[in-house]
Amino acid sequence: MNRVTFTIDGKEVKAIRGQTILKAADAAGVFIPRLCAYRDLTPNGSCRVCSVRVNGRIQAACVQTVAEGAIVENETPELLEYRRNIVDMLFVEGNHFCMFCEKSGFCELQALAYRFGIKAPRYPFLYPKRDLDMSHPHVFLDHNRCILCGRCVRASQDMDGKNVFQFVERGGRKRLQVNGDSLSETDLKATDEAVSVCPVGALMKKRVGYEVPVGRRRYDEKPIGDDIEMKGEK
Amino acid sequence: MKQGTAQVTAEICKKFGNDRTRLMDIAIAVQDRFGCVSHEAMEEIARQVRSHRVEVESLVSFYAFLSVKPQGKVVIRLCSDIVDWMKGYKDVAEAMARELGITMGETTPDGAITLTHTPCIGMSDQAPAALVNSVVVTHLTPERGRQLVRDLRRHLDPQQLVTMVGDGNNEHPLVRAMVRNNIRMRGPVHFADFEPGSALRKAVEMTPADVIRTIKDSRLRGRGGAGFPAGLKWEMAANAPGEKRYVLCNADEGEPGTFKDRVLLTECADQLMEGMTIAGYAVGSDTGIIYLRGEYRYLLPYLQSVVEGRRRQGYLGRDILGRKGLHFDIRIQLGAGAYICGEETALISSCEGLRGDPKNRPPFPPQEGYLGCPTIVNNVETLCCVSRILLEGSDWFASMGSSRTTGTKVLSISGDCRKPGVYEVPFGITARELIEMTEAENAGTMLIGGPCRQMIGPDRLEGRICYDDLATGGAIIIFNRARNRLEIAEHYLDFFIEESCGYCTPCRVGLTLLKNQVHKVIDGAGEPADLVEMRDLSNFIINTSRCGLGQAAPNPVLGALEIGDLSSGFVAERKPGLLPGFDLSKAVIDAELRVGRQSKYV
Ligand SMILES: Cc1cc2nc3c(=O)[nH]c(=O)nc-3n(C[C@H](O)[C@H](O)[C@H](O)COP(=O)(O)O)c2cc1C
Ligand code: SF4
Ligand code: SF4
Ligand code: FES
Repeated sequence: MNRVTFTIDGKEVKAIRGQTILKAADAAGVFIPRLCAYRDLTPNGSCRVCSVRVNGRIQAACVQTVAEGAIVENETPELLEYRRNIVDMLFVEGNHFCMFCEKSGFCELQALAYRFGIKAPRYPFLYPKRDLDMSHPHVFLDHNRCILCGRCVRASQDMDGKNVFQFVERGGRKRLQVNGDSLSETDLKATDEAVSVCPVGALMKKRVGYEVPVGRRRYDEKPIGDDIEMKGEK
Repeated sequence: MKQGTAQVTAEICKKFGNDRTRLMDIAIAVQDRFGCVSHEAMEEIARQVRSHRVEVESLVSFYAFLSVKPQGKVVIRLCSDIVDWMKGYKDVAEAMARELGITMGETTPDGAITLTHTPCIGMSDQAPAALVNSVVVTHLTPERGRQLVRDLRRHLDPQQLVTMVGDGNNEHPLVRAMVRNNIRMRGPVHFADFEPGSALRKAVEMTPADVIRTIKDSRLRGRGGAGFPAGLKWEMAANAPGEKRYVLCNADEGEPGTFKDRVLLTECADQLMEGMTIAGYAVGSDTGIIYLRGEYRYLLPYLQSVVEGRRRQGYLGRDILGRKGLHFDIRIQLGAGAYICGEETALISSCEGLRGDPKNRPPFPPQEGYLGCPTIVNNVETLCCVSRILLEGSDWFASMGSSRTTGTKVLSISGDCRKPGVYEVPFGITARELIEMTEAENAGTMLIGGPCRQMIGPDRLEGRICYDDLATGGAIIIFNRARNRLEIAEHYLDFFIEESCGYCTPCRVGLTLLKNQVHKVIDGAGEPADLVEMRDLSNFIINTSRCGLGQAAPNPVLGALEIGDLSSGFVAERKPGLLPGFDLSKAVIDAELRVGRQSKYV
């Protein structure tokens, strides 16, 4: 009895007991958008982009585990609108200038916006004043582009065995903080997993931006989630 | 001095066993000693408890009563709740700021006094009120505010501000607060006599399973707001696998306009702790924690003395009532200014020495709670009910109230009424009866259960206080007809924005966007589409937020939309070709200032 069966938008999906809905959907070739969840990092359920309805209740697919016979709704007009709202909110909460950003074309936030058909956010920009930390010789941290997903926090702890990042303050003032007065004072290395997991252009290696020409970047040709959906078509 | 900080900090850590999970106590003690938790102190704490500075900062920066930057020797926190505004907050704040020669949020140049504001401190029945360090001052006026500042300047001793003490245990030598209980209606559950030990004796004569049965039969539902059946929660915790179990009492009472737990903690501490001990016996736990909100710190020495008294009497500690192997003890965990810590999983996080971020559910606390062990979290009033149920029986309890909500409810009523205070009433009472009892004239709007529940208008006064109709954790706030509902909603949005933990996007960002939208309409720049947008945004936030804070924060906005005609907030005239809410002259002001001339075209 270690397997359960449930449905996503009517499609029958088999999963392992204890698996999250997101992981089960991935394995079944159904794409549920996500931002804070990343591969094997412990999910934290913070961005809410993966919101689905489970037996009528909205839940975050990345932290909610599968249940026998559950009816999961993924691509309903309501949920598509909600996810769009969240992506919009993340854009207006920070300062994102995609046309100049080294992450353009590889950025998961931008890629989701394209997938959702967002041309401009529906909310007014909040234009916060945020800092840029260039102190580290090989890595920079631009808070303007940070979406507070916490991937770097968890990767530093769980994969690098360090504790370089944490969140400080609360509410709208919540921000990422490093373990020291600046990034150069921490034990962060450019090769740390924490640096490579950032979904946006907030935490990046220096001197490697714009290497791939426009048109050949990761999400120029295929939309985000395409790799997962390919599995489903087989 | 530098040497001093590290040394003293290390000693404080040692006092708490260099235990990472006691980070709240450590940070509060350091804050008390130095007026801040500096980088240097955080560095030392991290070293002692084997953590990292940034982790300590993560906690310190989360709580309003802790600060990285130095604060004055005395911190005046004026309560900026809406009820305080209605009773003259603004004038008091201005008078005190002028007397101090600083603005809100600043510290006097000599580093003596900081003036700031804080959300509801649980004194809405004696507003405007303030915390001066942990001393409560009530019924402020501009003149009393000025006098208070002058006195403080002289002695810098908040306790000396208390010249008249309140009633009941507020007079107790360990409390000595000017707070008044304002108990206006005494009911049989909480305000009848209680003989310490009497309920516990009855409990230990039964099996733990029978105690749970009794609570189930009484159909007692949680008094903290959600109304979850207490007996069912206990049963889940009792049956969950685990070596150790915990009983947590939620004394965070942060919902604006709620102050009934303040009175229960002051007058029924024995009854409460006995309820916790009975819960411990029933679920198989030997440890209880009372999470006391930082605002009620003035009650801490007294509550601690009650704990000690009960240990001496054999009602707490080892071999309770002389029964071999029956252990239960209580520690009091102080909070530090964070409304979200009233949410049960955030409360657990805080007790574990973490930021007050709620946890992902499932697992639910009765399965995996404090330190990963099965845990029950119950409100102060719920646990007080437990003792009475053991004494009087479940039938007695269930015979009171309405058909599906048994027993009585302690309400804290404030706002535009002549008799604000605490009322223990049977469930099923109507909103209209409350208005009559409190002698509220011209009531136009009521908030039942504070801002996180429902706003009702004059047409809903026949509604009944119970979980199936007008549910409440205890706050009832009355507004007269002259008050603007949208402004009320905006005030509470500011509160929720300040108190959001910031973990999830819909609450962290959405509430600010919603507030801007609401403000636009209040400002007279709204258009009908704004009302649609307000409703959509509210529903989105309610549906997608991670915890009960975000899921409830837009309720006052929805209430205002539902009850009232908001068309007065619409722009009267629209310039052709422009968005109705767009004000061209406002938009170019910045540019005009820079170039130093006025635009001809506006
Ligand atoms: C944002 C938020 C704040 C809360 N604040 C309190 C509180 O101050 N006191 C309280 O007893 N319950 C509060 N609750 C409810 C608790 O999560 C929990 O339901 C309650 O403590 C359970 O105890 P009960 O079943 O005895 O009511 C709050 C919930 C939320 C979502
Ligand atoms: S820096 Fe990147 S990975 Fe870290 S929280 Fe910000 S967006 Fe997420
Ligand atoms: S709803 Fe608000 S308070 Fe609750 S987890 Fe999300 S951000 Fe934090
Ligand atoms: S991916 Fe699930 S909440 Fe972010």
